[in-house]
Amino acid sequence: MIEIHNLKKSFDDNEVLRGIDITIHDGETVAIIGESGCGKSVLLKHIIGLLQPDSGTVKVDGISIADAKEDVLYALRRRIGFLFQSAALFDSMTVYENIVLGLWEAGERDEAKLRQIATEKLGLVGLGARSLLDFKPSSLSGGMKKRVGLARALAMQPQYMFYDEPTTGLDPVTSDQIDYLILSLTESFSTTSLIITHDLFTVKRIAKRVIYLNKGLVFFDGTPKELEQSTDKQVVQFIERFVK
Amino acid sequence: MVKNRNPVRFLGRKIVNFLSEFGEISRLLERTFSFVPRLGRDRILLFNQMAHIGSNSLPLVVIIGFFTGMVSAWQAASQFKGLISLSLLGSAVSRAIFMELGPVLTAIVIAGRVGASIAAELGTMKVTEQIDALESLGISPVRYLSTPRVIAGTLMLPILTIFANVIALIGAFVVANFFLGITEKVFFDSVKRFFDLKDVFGGLFKTFFFGGVTALIGVHVGLRTTSGAEGVGKSSVRAFVLSASMVLILDYVLWTIIF
Repeated sequence: MIEIHNLKKSFDDNEVLRGIDITIHDGETVAIIGESGCGKSVLLKHIIGLLQPDSGTVKVDGISIADAKEDVLYALRRRIGFLFQSAALFDSMTVYENIVLGLWEAGERDEAKLRQIATEKLGLVGLGARSLLDFKPSSLSGGMKKRVGLARALAMQPQYMFYDEPTTGLDPVTSDQIDYLILSLTESFSTTSLIITHDLFTVKRIAKRVIYLNKGLVFFDGTPKELEQSTDKQVVQFIERFVK
Repeated sequence: MVKNRNPVRFLGRKIVNFLSEFGEISRLLERTFSFVPRLGRDRILLFNQMAHIGSNSLPLVVIIGFFTGMVSAWQAASQFKGLISLSLLGSAVSRAIFMELGPVLTAIVIAGRVGASIAAELGTMKVTEQIDALESLGISPVRYLSTPRVIAGTLMLPILTIFANVIALIGAFVVANFFLGITEKVFFDSVKRFFDLKDVFGGLFKTFFFGGVTALIGVHVGLRTTSGAEGVGKSSVRAFVLSASMVLILDYVLWTIIF
């Protein structure tokens, strides 16, 4: 379970998060939406401890992220899969090395087993038909990079999956493929999923709950259907492009 | 429009920033060395960095060393002219090479080649979220990126300096023999006559610090990179300027202690 209480964060004079309160229960699939710069990615980075809050608390499975010792925090992170907006593949490594890095660092040294896991995870993200293991990320397309990033996150068999704008910058066809891939992975592995997105199509397809951040606060928290039916001017303005 | 700056506030901010950055570097150093006991497990990372910093830098160090030796022989010959016998040239040049020229010039070359490249590599990783990705996989960037680089820098610079010293001495001998008419026997007798192991080891001792500080500054600057490609470019330049300055400052401090 993820518990966020009165989370505040500023960068210089820019107050990004102004007191966020969210609880995410195990097995939930939650989308966090909001305009650019409203603090969605900042919120996600607080949950895995990449940023420290100015005040407030973030707890994952009862562990306070800001107070956790380094080894506890790293152990917790190994239970969280993170798909970065840019995929963030290590460009000095091959696809195979990217996928198995976390496992290798966790002590797995059986080369045959690691290759089998990498092949299996590539298959899960729809890249099984092509042998990409020895490719460098620079030779992959944007959609393939996202899929490899997803395979890397899945290799650790995470309990939580965080997706930071998984379809941003992709063409509509690839975006749809990524959406359905996330949906099938969420259903297959029953992970607790948190999806940061601007894309209401993604929200409607994947999420069971949607949180709309506005001006550093939780402005809306409900189901995608309730979001669509909202009469609040701010919400309507945000979603109308997708409703039309 | 030019902003009016309060000079006291401006100076105060600069001092606070300097102290804050110094504190960050000290903390990075402490954390980097806290992972040294795990280097046995991370030996592949260490060997890769030793190859990058050491063997890949060797051709450049050889060229710089050779020309440094040659120019220092000409310089010494020009200063000796009419005052001191050229038979002492080998001694003067070799002591200058072992104590100062070899260690410092090699360190500055490495600051340019390695310090800047570490800052650019880690800076690119920072702005493309690869550092965050490492953290998200439960891998400490300090253990994975900083410790192997700093230890490799510390170990490889003395080795590179040994090469630079030998090559520079050969360069000096080439000039002495072919252009100044000094025979091999006279040149190397002169080298031996005033040879002191303390000069060689003192010079090499300094390079442990030069190598470590160059890599440490490269890592620190790289991990602080912001603002995309422009930021990466600035980080490379900053890493070189800071590490070259630190090499010269440390050289002075260590020289006063050792010699």
